[in-house]
Amino acid sequence: MSKLEVKYPLHTQEILNVNGNEAIAYAVKQSLVDVVSAYPITPQTIIVEKFSEFVADGLVHTEFVPVESEHSAMSACVGAAAAGARAFTATSSQGLALMVEIVYIASALRLPIVMAVANRALSAPINIHNDHSDAYLMRDAGWVQLFTENVQETYDTTIQAFRIAEDERVLLPVAVNLDGFFLSHTLENIRVLPDNAVAEFLGGYRKVAKLGVDYYEEQVPHMLNPARPLTFGSLDLYDYYFEHKVQQVEAMKNVPGVVREVNEKWFELTGRRYGDGVIDAYGVEDADIVVVAMGSGAGTVRSVVKKYRERGEKLGLVRIRMFRPFPYEEVRSLLRGVKAVAIMDKGIGPGSFGALYQDVVSSLYDLGSHPLTVDYVYGLGGRDLTPELVVKMIEQVKEDVKTGRVKEKIRYLGVRG
Amino acid sequence: MVVKTIPEFPVKKGEPAYKIWMFEPGWKGEIPLNFNLRQVAEQKRSALLPGHRLCAGCAAPIVVKLASFAFRGPTIVVNATGCLEVATTIFPYTSWAVPWIHNAFENAASTASGVESAIKALKKTGRLPYEHVDVVVFAGDGGTFDIGFQALSGMAERGHDVLYILYDNEAYMNTGIQRSGGTPKYAATTTSPAGEVIPGKPESKKPIADIMVAHRIPYVATATPAHWMDFMKKVRKGLEANGPAFIHSLSSCDRGWRHDNAISIEVLRRAVDTCYFPLWEWTPEVGYMLTDRSLVIARNPSLKQPIEKFVEVQGRFRHLMKPENKEKLKELQEYVDKVWEDLLKRASNAPK
Repeated sequence: MSKLEVKYPLHTQEILNVNGNEAIAYAVKQSLVDVVSAYPITPQTIIVEKFSEFVADGLVHTEFVPVESEHSAMSACVGAAAAGARAFTATSSQGLALMVEIVYIASALRLPIVMAVANRALSAPINIHNDHSDAYLMRDAGWVQLFTENVQETYDTTIQAFRIAEDERVLLPVAVNLDGFFLSHTLENIRVLPDNAVAEFLGGYRKVAKLGVDYYEEQVPHMLNPARPLTFGSLDLYDYYFEHKVQQVEAMKNVPGVVREVNEKWFELTGRRYGDGVIDAYGVEDADIVVVAMGSGAGTVRSVVKKYRERGEKLGLVRIRMFRPFPYEEVRSLLRGVKAVAIMDKGIGPGSFGALYQDVVSSLYDLGSHPLTVDYVYGLGGRDLTPELVVKMIEQVKEDVKTGRVKEKIRYLGVRG
Repeated sequence: MVVKTIPEFPVKKGEPAYKIWMFEPGWKGEIPLNFNLRQVAEQKRSALLPGHRLCAGCAAPIVVKLASFAFRGPTIVVNATGCLEVATTIFPYTSWAVPWIHNAFENAASTASGVESAIKALKKTGRLPYEHVDVVVFAGDGGTFDIGFQALSGMAERGHDVLYILYDNEAYMNTGIQRSGGTPKYAATTTSPAGEVIPGKPESKKPIADIMVAHRIPYVATATPAHWMDFMKKVRKGLEANGPAFIHSLSSCDRGWRHDNAISIEVLRRAVDTCYFPLWEWTPEVGYMLTDRSLVIARNPSLKQPIEKFVEVQGRFRHLMKPENKEKLKELQEYVDKVWEDLLKRASNAPK
């Protein structure tokens, strides 16, 4: 598509100098959100601070519910979304851990809530800085989990998230992950759409999907509706629970298609897209060694990979943008014929592998010949990922390719001792 | 488009009962509060329909029915996990004729906060097809005194326009009669059994309604389904209050209290007659006011029954009737008397 066909060409998009949190608050302001319910936690807090300013200045119609805990934040979002509202919350680390009980309920009730997760390490030891252990905590919660690489993508993805969540083929909550401090607190010049363009992209206020219920003749809105009362959250025993859980899985199957579609629609609107929306790959076509990463660290890896490629070395990067549902087939086809894969996990699974490693290796199992794989655990508790560390990792993997085997399946990047 | 009639009032013969709770968009008005028992019965205007699986003798469905007789119009119900929730919504069935949501155990109040906020946002943007939608919570003592207390306190502090009705059966009945913050002193439960050394729960009941008074919300009351007219009036007042309202209803549980299932209402009547559970209401303007039977007792103290009258019909207090526990019973009486005396001092309509 030529540049001319972009509906809002770059020069028509206002430039904002904001950090990732402010970018999200701005995106939420434009997304006609009805209820925002949140509790302060570093490094997410700026999102709700900034949003409270919009509320205090009368710039939004949103009801802001400053709850007394993250558990209540997600609970209020469930109530609000069930009552037909577009609902948003934001959290990090311990906050996510506290609310996780309701995180599972939100997805099982098929409520299109959007949550920003400013990723931060889980206690103990207590730490406020970035890693992905909080996102890993909710990987089986039935949410769509998107990871962003920079502030611009964080803004774009937040708006996209509402459209993905509310799509009738999906009706699942979406988590937008941004690396704590690396993105949440880092200023970047971003391009934003005018308010009406965002409203149009989302189709205005939330439109509640309809469903068939045996005691109503017509399709009825999937909400707490005095016109057509429904029961939400009933007791579901061995005779139905299993089927309902499988229905969640079925909905998840529709997600990649919708994410790709929304990515393309966004491109038509703004001229920006992130790979195919699911995976943002670089240099993989001819690569012998591929690095798989998520979040802001992928930017560092890309710059290093670029330098290697300039020297003629066949390296590639697969940035997983959509971590849940995990794009198994796409990963498998991208990594077919690769000699070695370094999977970068910004989270740890004591007694097992990192979550990303497990998913990537599961994707590879059905291949006839398997590449060597190594789990690189890096950046825990906010430890910086320097280009030197990426080089060290790549050199190690090159050595593995030479010897044809990997001695340690898990390596810790940038740890002392 | 304004629909002025109450939907099918009274219910049409042969029509499914849930239809009386379907308010077409644009519905305006207010269902009148009706104390004519015959009419109330004929209207069948209960939010809880027959077919639920609560135990015979359980007072919880009576609490819900009486409350819903006092609903004003479109109402959304939020239910904490508990007997009421599990026994009324076993998929694919539901006994609820009104929009109803169960989220989890400890978050009924915060879920209701979200529902109420959504209603406000929809109204602000012209998307609410009604003048008003009431939000009512039903939660048990576990979900209110204990695990749900934080959410409740937060909801009260933030001033959400929600009526929270606590049906207090004084233990975790759904999991099999374990002690809660609402269990009275010396009651035997499965985690505070009456043993050789410890005679039931050693601690007293948390004064939850007084704690809600301390939040200075617009309306707090105590009630029992045995005092049905008082109960319905209080529910309507709670709905009319401009902000959070809290009603603490005692709710007998024949399985947990170990009484005959035919006397559930009688036990509740005795709870009030002995001043174990006085009936009152509180508003920030007037303070404490005794109501119904408790006001009668305040005016004529000779009507006050000894605590034995409440204790003797319940197996959970059986050990208190043994001669060696005479002192314990006396202690319980003294505690009840003290709380009652305190209330008399505070109640503006109690004879001084």
